[in-house]
Amino acid sequence: MTRRLLSGWGGTAAVISDVREPITVAEVGAALAEPDRGVIGRGLGRSYGDAAQRAGGVVVSTLGLRSPVTVDTDSATVTAGAGWSLRELIDELVPLGWFFPVVPGTADVTLGGAIAADVHGKNHHRSGSLGSHVRSLDLITADGRLHRLDPQGASGRAFWATVGGMGLTGVITEATVALRPVAGDRLAVTTRRHGDIDAVMTALVEADAAHEYTVAWLDLADPARGGRGVIDAADHLDQAAPVRATGSTRATVPPLPVNVVQPPVTRVFNEIWWRRAPLRPRTTAGSFARFFHPLDAVASWGRLYGPTGFTQWQMAVPVDAADAVRTCAERLANGTVPPSLVVLKRFGAADAAPLSFPQPGWTLAVDLAANDPATATLLDALDDVVVGAGGRIYLTKDARLRPDLLAAMYPRIDEWRAERDRLDPGRRMASDLSLRLGLV
Amino acid sequence: MNDAFGRPQTALVVGGGSDLALAVLDRLDVTLVRVGLAARSADALASAVADRFTAEVRTFHFDAADPTEHATMVDEAAEWLGDIDLAIVAHGDLGQPFSLETTPEEVARLISVNHAGAAAACQAVARCLAAQGHGTLVAFSSVAAMRPRLGNLPYASAKAGFDAFALGLDHALAGTGARVMVVRPGFVHTKMTAGLAPQPLATDAAAVADAVVDGLVKGKSVVWAPAPLALTPALRILPKALWRRLSER
Repeated sequence: MTRRLLSGWGGTAAVISDVREPITVAEVGAALAEPDRGVIGRGLGRSYGDAAQRAGGVVVSTLGLRSPVTVDTDSATVTAGAGWSLRELIDELVPLGWFFPVVPGTADVTLGGAIAADVHGKNHHRSGSLGSHVRSLDLITADGRLHRLDPQGASGRAFWATVGGMGLTGVITEATVALRPVAGDRLAVTTRRHGDIDAVMTALVEADAAHEYTVAWLDLADPARGGRGVIDAADHLDQAAPVRATGSTRATVPPLPVNVVQPPVTRVFNEIWWRRAPLRPRTTAGSFARFFHPLDAVASWGRLYGPTGFTQWQMAVPVDAADAVRTCAERLANGTVPPSLVVLKRFGAADAAPLSFPQPGWTLAVDLAANDPATATLLDALDDVVVGAGGRIYLTKDARLRPDLLAAMYPRIDEWRAERDRLDPGRRMASDLSLRLGLV
Repeated sequence: MNDAFGRPQTALVVGGGSDLALAVLDRLDVTLVRVGLAARSADALASAVADRFTAEVRTFHFDAADPTEHATMVDEAAEWLGDIDLAIVAHGDLGQPFSLETTPEEVARLISVNHAGAAAACQAVARCLAAQGHGTLVAFSSVAAMRPRLGNLPYASAKAGFDAFALGLDHALAGTGARVMVVRPGFVHTKMTAGLAPQPLATDAAAVADAVVDGLVKGKSVVWAPAPLALTPALRILPKALWRRLSER
């Protein structure tokens, strides 16, 4: 047991927890049995907010849960311990001709964490979120018992409460996930500029019809730029090529005494990103690493925001709520602190998990320095726009949502709570997120 | 829990009648769910703040002169609040203008309330925050702690001791997830200073509250209100004769 100061990837609201590092099922069960202030699992700490910490409570590191990676070519599935990172899995799978079905914006997340957050990727419009590709998972509940859960059948409710359940049903130890066949690690990437947000949104609809992976980057650093953007669309190349897979980090940001992501820096950064995109659309062969995880090349890039850290605000609104996207983009661009990274994407069908974030429609994600009360007030106001449009905020990114909006954003929350309470009647599983939002 | 912007869901104010502390709560009311106010006349305070906040409010009895009750009061408040996300120790007694006529008993009383009572309350809160593994303690010091003037001598010297204690307490809390933020307001128009001649850079409770909320977001360890008062320590190097002339005005 070690007492460690923990925070999420955004580096905000740090707290002290007792960290356990179990390797066996019995050790996980023992760690879950003790706490009087709650216990939560934690993988690589990539949740932006307070989902994987419990102040004064116990945090179970899942990094030791590394049962062997086995690929079953007949069923096209991989089974692995929950502590493996997606980077490690992809590096093993790609040379064998397989790719992970859903990869989020960073490969440095654990398999267990990815399921608990029900992560989505740039292919959500076609493939949905990770939960719909999980064939089974092993969960240790707070009473120390190991359960094998399947998406259908008797354990279906527990399975879907665990997918997207933010670790609050127990600790995932192992999972079996369906794979996608690939010839190599190369993608055909088409990059295209669009002059304003309306053009970006129209083009994104068209791109989704034609491509497996799509994402738009918006420039909201200056209202005069009208929300111009660059769309990257990609498909796997069929030709076999030497495998480079996920690549490695090229630089590390040290702890910085001040926030360097100041408005002028953001404006210059966005100008460079815009100019880097070709004037005319161009298709090039790109690597997985560059397309899926461009930020992974710089380790600890969140430290650029200085000691006060940053928050990511990610919302999803229904298809017919495009106006809400425009309203949010406009208000962010006119805010006191311009958002640095802004990503726009369209979601396809939702999966069966009551607490899963993606719903058909639009999703907008922005990074903002957490150093100004005005930013907090702005995001509170944007939450109201999102709720008004029938949308929601991504709990994996959240560090500041008002609890009274939760039920409107996640209308199936009581269904989730009922199943969660059945799995953990003593309510031992708890995170700072669950306490802050009254999830449990 | 405190959010990414340092905004609390629960708060305990020791010296709950303080205009400054209540102004801070006004700013934080958007995220506050439960507020505990501890004061000597808890019932009078309860009616004074009725309907002021959307958060649920409960009052607790607190007598700065009796430190034997402080730990019990904090435990009782923490029990009701859940965790203490934010604690504000804000009670202060300026006393009558100081002179050689002031009795020794009055000097002892002012120093006991403003220093011993406040430090003991901070200690009770700090132990609670350390156990819960998070939380912020806002300790209201005063710019007077940096350079006492003749008229507020017992208050200012007590605040100097309290200020030193609060800074040290932040050191003691390092590695616990909890921290102390020391606030040093200048002359603030409140009921405590009613009838006194304002000093240079006088401000009001709302402006001090803004500075405190900004300090919570930025994770500051010391907040001056208004900000230019951060130059006050430079007054320590003024020649004695010059300082005395300035401070008597």
